[in-house]
Amino acid sequence: MHGKLAGWNDTITALATPQGIGAIGVIRVSGTAAIDIVNELFPSKDLTAQPSHTLHVGFLKSGEVLLDEVVVALFKAPKSFTGENVVEISCHGSHYIQEQVLAQLVKQGARIAKPGEFTQRAFINGKMDLTQAEAVADIIASNTEASKRNALQNIRGGFSHTLKQLRDQLISFSALIELELDFSQEDVTFADRPQLFRLLDEALVQVNKLLQSFKLGNVIKNGVQVAIIGKPNAGKSTLLNTLLNEERAIVSDIAGTTRDTIEEVLNINGVLFRLIDTAGIREHTSDVIETIGVEKSMAKMREADIVLYLYDITQTTAAELQAMEAQFAAEHLQYLLVANKADQLPNTYSPAGNGKLVTISAKNEQGIEDLKQQLFKLAVSENLQTDQTLVTNARHVAALQEVYTALQDIRDALDNNIPGDLLAIDIRRCLHFLGEITGEVTNEDQLDYIFSKFCIGK
Amino acid sequence: MFPEYDVIVVGAGHAGSEAAAAAANLGSKVLLITMNMQTIGQMSCNPAMGGIAKGQIVREIDALGGYSGIVTDESMIQFRMLNKSKGPAMWSPRAQNDRMLFASKWREMLENTPNVDFYQDMVKSIIIKNNRACGVVTGLGNEIKAKSVVVTSGTFLNGIIHIGEKKLGGGRAGENAATGITEQLVTFGFEADRLKTGTPPRVDGRSLDYTKMEEQRGDEEITGFSYLDVKKITPAEQRSCYITYTSEQVHDMLKTGFDRSPMYTGRIEGVGPRYCPSIEDKINRFADRDRHQLFVEPEGFNTVEIYVNGFSTSLPDEVQYKALSMVPGFENVRFFRPGYAIEYDYFPPTQLTYSLETKIISHLFFAGQINGTTGYEEAACQGLIAGINAHQKAKELEPFILKRSDAYVGVLIDDLISKGTEEPYRMFTSRAEYRTLLRQDNADLRLTPMSYRLGLAKQERMENVLAKEDAVKRIRKTLNEFAIDPSEANQYLESIGSAVLTEKQRANKLLLRPNIDLAAMINAMPSLAAALANETADSLEQTEIQVKYERYIEKEQELVTKLSQMEEAIIPDSFDYSKVGSLSNEALQKFNKIKPRTLGQASRISGVNPSDVQILMVYMGR
Repeated sequence: MHGKLAGWNDTITALATPQGIGAIGVIRVSGTAAIDIVNELFPSKDLTAQPSHTLHVGFLKSGEVLLDEVVVALFKAPKSFTGENVVEISCHGSHYIQEQVLAQLVKQGARIAKPGEFTQRAFINGKMDLTQAEAVADIIASNTEASKRNALQNIRGGFSHTLKQLRDQLISFSALIELELDFSQEDVTFADRPQLFRLLDEALVQVNKLLQSFKLGNVIKNGVQVAIIGKPNAGKSTLLNTLLNEERAIVSDIAGTTRDTIEEVLNINGVLFRLIDTAGIREHTSDVIETIGVEKSMAKMREADIVLYLYDITQTTAAELQAMEAQFAAEHLQYLLVANKADQLPNTYSPAGNGKLVTISAKNEQGIEDLKQQLFKLAVSENLQTDQTLVTNARHVAALQEVYTALQDIRDALDNNIPGDLLAIDIRRCLHFLGEITGEVTNEDQLDYIFSKFCIGK
Repeated sequence: MFPEYDVIVVGAGHAGSEAAAAAANLGSKVLLITMNMQTIGQMSCNPAMGGIAKGQIVREIDALGGYSGIVTDESMIQFRMLNKSKGPAMWSPRAQNDRMLFASKWREMLENTPNVDFYQDMVKSIIIKNNRACGVVTGLGNEIKAKSVVVTSGTFLNGIIHIGEKKLGGGRAGENAATGITEQLVTFGFEADRLKTGTPPRVDGRSLDYTKMEEQRGDEEITGFSYLDVKKITPAEQRSCYITYTSEQVHDMLKTGFDRSPMYTGRIEGVGPRYCPSIEDKINRFADRDRHQLFVEPEGFNTVEIYVNGFSTSLPDEVQYKALSMVPGFENVRFFRPGYAIEYDYFPPTQLTYSLETKIISHLFFAGQINGTTGYEEAACQGLIAGINAHQKAKELEPFILKRSDAYVGVLIDDLISKGTEEPYRMFTSRAEYRTLLRQDNADLRLTPMSYRLGLAKQERMENVLAKEDAVKRIRKTLNEFAIDPSEANQYLESIGSAVLTEKQRANKLLLRPNIDLAAMINAMPSLAAALANETADSLEQTEIQVKYERYIEKEQELVTKLSQMEEAIIPDSFDYSKVGSLSNEALQKFNKIKPRTLGQASRISGVNPSDVQILMVYMGR
């Protein structure tokens, strides 16, 4: 057992935006005394007299020392993120300034928040349920539009809603089973087997949809690993530069990402694609396949979600391509064949045919948009909709997997004419595991896990 | 005139009788007060014990050392094990009883229990000092002192009987209502409300034509309820019940009385049970059904009185009569008495603790219909627990509490005190999340050791349990080691359409096949029969269930273990919920009212959201 949370009614503070250089940093203060504490540092106006949900521009001062010119946003309990009094101070993005402001807030009585503590308070104050709390963790970790959209969808309770539907389905199924058990002596019509199978299959489809969405959800959350391979002179580095030069401006907008990663990250329709092992390509020092051997290059490729096989269209035979395709298929790799140097074959350039082949000219930037769209389709399939409920959390997937297994057990049991009271055990297991996601059944391990995942400031 | 008692029990129905027996057997000096010495252990409604979920409860009462199982066994006129085609958790013993024999058996057993005194009078109030019960005042004005008081008032507190437009005070047909206790307790801050229940007409069996009905016979084997060796009737001595049906003609006749029905004219305020509706409710709510089943149940060996199960009604008596006359076999029916509805006071059970003691007044216990339940079995098991705890309290000992994973009794009490009830509460197996663990065949293994440690279950019961446990171990070992030869098994396997053996197989593996049972295996295979020759049928069945359903039993056991953290997380009595500022208003109110003992209980309170429990959990530092 852990000790009670430190100082329940104290006021906590932390930087709410990522560490590092940015134009603006937001410092959040939450707790009963949040407004009073900030007010001590904000001489131009009496913040305690201001209404909730208002913005105030002014100087933060510690005595006569000017800290920064800031915008202060006031949120009074309970209408705030945490349910407590919250002040958000937008200051300039200097690390030094932020440290100074935090130090002064602490001097006035605030405490530096522990990781996840803001969200923990929001959760405890009934501002969000467990899945919503976890979605906040996802948002913090998210750095593309699609990822944020999905996390926001979870915060609004979309995931909980889908689960509730599933729960309802299972409850109606179990009710029919229970009817036969507790009321077997009654003169009523019991559910027939086709009806039970139908209900069960509906539930299985629903769970499966959620489980499948994890792959997509994971892609959205963590990005897609892409490996570019090909013979020397196939044009790998030209393609890399073409892809990245175009993207650099967009990608560098993402706060908190370092230059190193920016150089290897592509943003296609809001989904991140990470180009792995690009250093080797850039330096022209080695060719992946030829110098490290087929086995090792395969190992590299297996790390990737998608392999781009780039070849020189003027020098590659159909037999060679077939051999490559057979190898990819044997390894169960997702791949795209990218025919380069279309510019050297006048009038032969044409868009991709079977979805596995894209013809481009890296040099002339022909077909690049087409390549990106093919990559996107391959990674997230074509059914990414903004309102789709996605599972992005490993704990949810584990529980859903249990639900799925239990449902299949029920199906097997029904097939084998196992009595309803034994079926019911699996139905209850299903509901129990669903409860683990929605938080209806929970234990300290789960809470510890969830809250330890949060980084400071949210 | 009266000594000071350890425990006074008010009321001598199923709850009161069990309470008096349990407290006395634990060593308390007990006074059982009833308004009528002739109606001790009366079956006010149908002459039957057990049934689905209820049969399990009677087995539990018996395993704990209560009397209901023995009384039922000794007075049964028919026995059936219901749901035998389903898994063993659903097997539910049910008996038809001789009503008069049942009551006289109860009285005999109580009279033979040392430390039980009897007195016939009405209790009009409880003596309460400093919020502690210390005796009762009777209608004749006697003040009788006791350390603990158990109230089991049944339907008698301000009971009102309705038959059509007729309305009479009474606790049962022909018996007076009791007054005073509700009015007194309300002044102490108790909440009281009204419930309603009903009963069908009793008719003269000589006026019925059974050739027009289907016969329903008892089982060929009578296993009964008690784990002790109790004398029971032989299968051949059983009486049959009969099944007949209402018709649209019957329904039309019943409808002619609707305008005088106390249900539909609003004269009844109490809420009735949804699962035990009156016949008028059935035809009203299920208008598409053109007939309803009626069970014709004999009231005993030596009486012609018949109980018409399924025809509970409070319509005017002449409408009851005319409608029932239209039922096949009832053309010449003569009534002994009409059906009626009865309204009575109950105290919402969220006012109780796990020991069934009231939260407002210490040393005061409630059991049975006063807590909003219905059914003899539900009443009896509460009486047993209240009797035990009244004794424990009187002797300043720890309360005896059963968990949901221990017994149906535990489920029932936890449901009552955590969720309360809006309609008469009846047990269903689906209420028990650990149904597969709470079987009728293992109530002794589950509960007798606990009761023995408490001092209630006698030496003989404990020895039986130890012998059964040893036998099960021995039989398991035999089954695990015994290799069955194909030559011995294949003829039997072929005959039931099961795959034949090509090599030797262990008996326990063969037993796992779905349509194979141990008795048939023993029957078909002489060498297996020889190996198990000295084992009792009870031990063989117990082992078979444990082997055959092991996977399911383990699954449930895992859940019990998993959730035990919540059940063992005790919330201190002094816990101040208002400090947890973030609870929903409803949760705060409920927590303050119910004062859950554990986080597990808190999570089961209706109206409490999972997030409230999570908040509580985090706040408690878990």
